[in-house]
Amino acid sequence: MGAHGFRRTARHRIVLRADEIERGIVRELVGQLVELVTPDEHPFGHDPDPLAAMVGIDPFAERSDDPALRRLFPDAYADDEDAAAEFRRFTERSLRDTKLAHARTVLDSIDRAGTKIVLTDGEAAAWLGTLNDLRLTLASRIGLDEDNHEAFHQLPASHPAFALFHLYDWFTFLQETLVNALTGLRSELPAPED
Amino acid sequence: MTSVGIAPVELERPEAESVTAPDTPWITIVWNDPVNLMSYVTYVFMTYFGYPKEKAQKLMNDVHTQGRAVVSSGTREEMERDVTAMHSYGLWATLQKDD
Repeated sequence: MGAHGFRRTARHRIVLRADEIERGIVRELVGQLVELVTPDEHPFGHDPDPLAAMVGIDPFAERSDDPALRRLFPDAYADDEDAAAEFRRFTERSLRDTKLAHARTVLDSIDRAGTKIVLTDGEAAAWLGTLNDLRLTLASRIGLDEDNHEAFHQLPASHPAFALFHLYDWFTFLQETLVNALTGLRSELPAPED
Repeated sequence: MTSVGIAPVELERPEAESVTAPDTPWITIVWNDPVNLMSYVTYVFMTYFGYPKEKAQKLMNDVHTQGRAVVSSGTREEMERDVTAMHSYGLWATLQKDD
């Protein structure tokens, strides 16, 4: 059941044991994340300005109506809509590309693995980002906030949000164990306190 | 005399709009949200900013208990870079002039 989450092996690899069903779930959800994060087709069919696209400028990038996308790509300026919009045109495309690259790294590492998924630290960092994006997206879909977390734990299995919440919870567990696996090595140098 | 050619013309440059000191520091703020794990936020502050664990944990704690924390300061360009990085990690960050 992947009940132990990620761990650092004696040979300094990051390892997750996940059965076929679990790998399938991660693959499915990451696939959906890729769909969500992939930029929309532009009004003119393809990029009107390939050079702009190459340096990450997207003249059509604008704040999404989808709360999940708004959380993944937040406004950079809280009180200045114009500055926020301009910043978005200059940065959102490459931010999307970064998130997509992380997601593809996750998919690749699953596809080449069996039950035992072995990661380099670089791949583990990509996993961290993707797990976080998935959690942000799921939380936004079910309306999870600071105060209702306990209430979600009490949901009956028949509730429409039940499955998504438990997925969220599982990704939380995976992310937590992955952070620990990654930072555990670092904190061995000074006296570890946790 | 009006010049329509392409010969260089002595243009009267507008007075530099000085006033606002160009080195007015900008700041990057990370905001609390119900999703990001404390351990992950600490990890991000250590990894991206290179902050020692204690400082990273203190900032994470400020975010968690006070709802926000100033995590870096510098020029506007630098802060835009930091905010982009925070967004790539999935943290909710904004930049603003420090006033």
